[in-house]
Amino acid sequence: SSGVFSGLVLSYLWSRRFYIIYIYNKYWWSLHRTGFHLIPRLSSIVPESCLLITVGLLVGGLIKLAGEKVPPVLDSKLFFLCLLPPIILDAGYFLPIRPFMENLGTILMFAVVGTLWNAFFVGGLLYAVCQMQSAPSDLLNLELLPCLLFGSVVSAVDPVAVLAVFEEIHINELLHILVFGESLLNDAVTVVLYHLFDEYSSVGTVTVVDAVLGVLCFLVVAVGGVLVGAIYGILAAFTSRFTSHTRVIEPLFVFVYSYMAYLSAEMFHLSGIMALIACGAVMRPYVEANISHKSHTTIKYFLKMWSSVSETLIFIFLGVATVDGDHSWNWTFVTVTVILCLVARIIGVVGLTFIINKFRIVKLTTKDQFIIAYGGLRGAIAFSLGYLLDNDRYPMRRMFLTAIITVVFFTVFVQGMTIKPLVELLAVKKKQEAKRSINEEIHTQFLDHLLTGIEDICGHYGHHHWKDKLNRFNKKYIKKCLIAGERSREPQLIAFYHKMEMKQAIELVESGGGVKLPPSVPSTVSMQNIQPKKPPPVERALPQIPKGREDEIRKILRGNLQKTRQRLRSYNRHTLVADPFEDGWSDLLLKKSKMIELEKKITEMNNYLTVPAAPPDSPTITRARLSSGGRETDLKAAESPVLTPCPPPDPQTYQMKQMSDSVPTIQVDLASPQSPDSLSLLDELQRADQRRELRRRPPPDEEEGGLMMRPPQARGGDQGEEGGPSAKEQRLQRCLSDPGPSAEDDEDEPFLS
Amino acid sequence: MGALNSLPDEPQYVGLAEKTGFSFEQIGILHKRFKQLSNNGETLRREDFNTIPDLLCNPIRSEIIEAFFDRRNFRQTDAVGTVHEIGFGEFLLVMSHFRPPSIRLDDEQKEVIRTEKLRFLFNMHDTDNDGTITLEEYRHVVEELLSRSGALGKETAKGIADAAMLEVASISMGHMEPDEFYEGITFEHFNKLLKEFEVESRMNIRFMNMDTTTLCK
Repeated sequence: SSGVFSGLVLSYLWSRRFYIIYIYNKYWWSLHRTGFHLIPRLSSIVPESCLLITVGLLVGGLIKLAGEKVPPVLDSKLFFLCLLPPIILDAGYFLPIRPFMENLGTILMFAVVGTLWNAFFVGGLLYAVCQMQSAPSDLLNLELLPCLLFGSVVSAVDPVAVLAVFEEIHINELLHILVFGESLLNDAVTVVLYHLFDEYSSVGTVTVVDAVLGVLCFLVVAVGGVLVGAIYGILAAFTSRFTSHTRVIEPLFVFVYSYMAYLSAEMFHLSGIMALIACGAVMRPYVEANISHKSHTTIKYFLKMWSSVSETLIFIFLGVATVDGDHSWNWTFVTVTVILCLVARIIGVVGLTFIINKFRIVKLTTKDQFIIAYGGLRGAIAFSLGYLLDNDRYPMRRMFLTAIITVVFFTVFVQGMTIKPLVELLAVKKKQEAKRSINEEIHTQFLDHLLTGIEDICGHYGHHHWKDKLNRFNKKYIKKCLIAGERSREPQLIAFYHKMEMKQAIELVESGGGVKLPPSVPSTVSMQNIQPKKPPPVERALPQIPKGREDEIRKILRGNLQKTRQRLRSYNRHTLVADPFEDGWSDLLLKKSKMIELEKKITEMNNYLTVPAAPPDSPTITRARLSSGGRETDLKAAESPVLTPCPPPDPQTYQMKQMSDSVPTIQVDLASPQSPDSLSLLDELQRADQRRELRRRPPPDEEEGGLMMRPPQARGGDQGEEGGPSAKEQRLQRCLSDPGPSAEDDEDEPFLS
Repeated sequence: MGALNSLPDEPQYVGLAEKTGFSFEQIGILHKRFKQLSNNGETLRREDFNTIPDLLCNPIRSEIIEAFFDRRNFRQTDAVGTVHEIGFGEFLLVMSHFRPPSIRLDDEQKEVIRTEKLRFLFNMHDTDNDGTITLEEYRHVVEELLSRSGALGKETAKGIADAAMLEVASISMGHMEPDEFYEGITFEHFNKLLKEFEVESRMNIRFMNMDTTTLCK
């Protein structure tokens, strides 16, 4: 029903396309949603693109049967201005930069040289074949330049089709990026060839000067497109630096700047696709560092939604245009085209790989070459370019269109359907689903620096040297301009670490309270297994702190705590927040800090008194220990004689502790340059406090809740005292199960202002 | 330089080529570089590496230089300890760890090369030669990586190293009693940890196109 409703709405806006949009929606929703997914076998054999084209064919057929005139849906203007950009932006924004850059040489070779080879091979041989026809055929009238033009249109690998098919086969990253990158970058070549041949065929002859101009034109188009995109990308990044007060419109900037990049490039006849890719890829690292988590999610889902809708529409309209299209079937032309496309692709890939492998470290095997060749799918871009041809200048236009559609259908249906079983048959390496671990990240960075160092020692300005220089330049100048505030200085390793912790935290929150989340690697290994055992500390005298100094210390500590709270608040609103818990999050953060302090006190208390000291826990270690499972056993082990008789603590408490332990923000704050000092002071005071706490339970401090910062009593030599186990237990019980009513009061403070 | 003295020490090169797998051309170029660094001397010392300006910005500079003087990387079985100066042979041996594997290797040979490269990395981390990477050593590695971030780096480095160590222990040991102690990462654990890392294809330098005469030091 919602599908029908949206269909009706759309149709009001597009009155001319009313009928088809309505029918499309109805059919798409019913077929696609129910049929496609109720028949899972179908979806595993037939790629979605094929099915969509079939739906389009059906719709077109229906309309024809109904006697209505099919509106020219695959209008080139509509296609290039509305349907194509979202897909390309989605691809560019989420382009995996590292493998793309590492294989850039290979990708460019395939995109530029490969497409040129294809165009000339297909066009030239077609012309030859046409010339060999016997007299009555119209093919004899076909000149060389229109053939070449046709060749250039039909030889471009299509990003939409590649995306649609490769998405489902999950091959390894290298092959995916090679084919996909090629399909993106060959747009520049296609644009130039198209315009060149279009103009030359009106002139009639081509000279050497024209050829040279053509090459220059290509450079201008490609580099110009990238520059335009990069400029808009930097503008978008710069704008995002200042959006901290207007979070709601952050996604808008991303979309608007990208679309403007595309339009500007197209306006100057530069490569719009390359502009869009450059814009998305350039702006992403900076924008993501600046925008809020919600904006990030919005951008991601909007891009996915728009690109998905566009893709669906494109395939359906392709089907409709096929049924409706003005066709002129010529057996020779069409079959020769199809065969030549295949042959050209295979020869091109094999030949280029031979050359490329001389320069690659990781060579491309025969299997790889086969997949690359087989993955060269044509799609709607070829059709739209053919559609754009002027009917007067090209009397064979209808024949061209028929041939293009045949090639598109062939590649999408035949190649698209068979590539999956072939991948299985050839046992091509699949995509690794392994999660990035912190160890891998450490070693990736280590290896980068190592290789750069070795290159420097060899005196060789290679790949790594320049990459390192670029990174340093980026860090020193660019990040400062484009990223707001503190995050511009955050090294990548730390950013990665925080991201992982955040993921863990969100997982814990989403798994619901109270349920222990099984760790990703089930094990009972915990932090204390890796901490080296320290010998029990020598009993030492607690230093006396004179009264005046003690006030000073209190002031410092209070100041730090407030700063912590302030920073907490700013992190809440601007950066990383788990969605449904946004308001509760800050509660959790504060509760967590209290719990950490409490935990520290408990440990210190034990250390101080009877049990040989466990090493002083940093919040990380506490968190890591508690999150690694075996939590109760750890606590028990650390404080065994004391905790065992303790009744099971309030699950609410443990839930908070569990969740809050994985929050990264506290960690960063406490690790700020000031904190090492304040922490040690805190330790001292806490130890002193705990001694006093044993004597009497102090009333909860209204201001500072669980953090009981009280001046130590002037009593020296009181170490080694053992309160009765029952007293200690009670203290612990109360500490554990009661976060303190004042803790709740505290939370109101930061949020009132 | 001229075509006449392009390969001055041919018989010596043959031996080196066999041991390290470099071609004569590559050995010649590296020899030139060696002479440049050692001021035409026969041996290289640690101080000579300080003349490379680009190396100074590298956060793991000291580890890289140490690796050149670490006997464990000289492909002699059971050699431990460090030396104060190295000759061209040792220089080349260390460099050979970064040679890309040729395409025609079968799986077994690939595995050998992979183990070799991982061993080199392991030796770089295991500075006290005891065969394991302890928590302290790992912390040191992470600290060096974050060394350009000031005080923030130090505290977070500890946290990151702890988390990483915990992950290694979880992967390698699986189950440990609360009072057991994980000594450190042994070479097998290291191997297991970086199984998916594809070190044999990533830890490579292109030695083909080097021409040191056109480059500054």
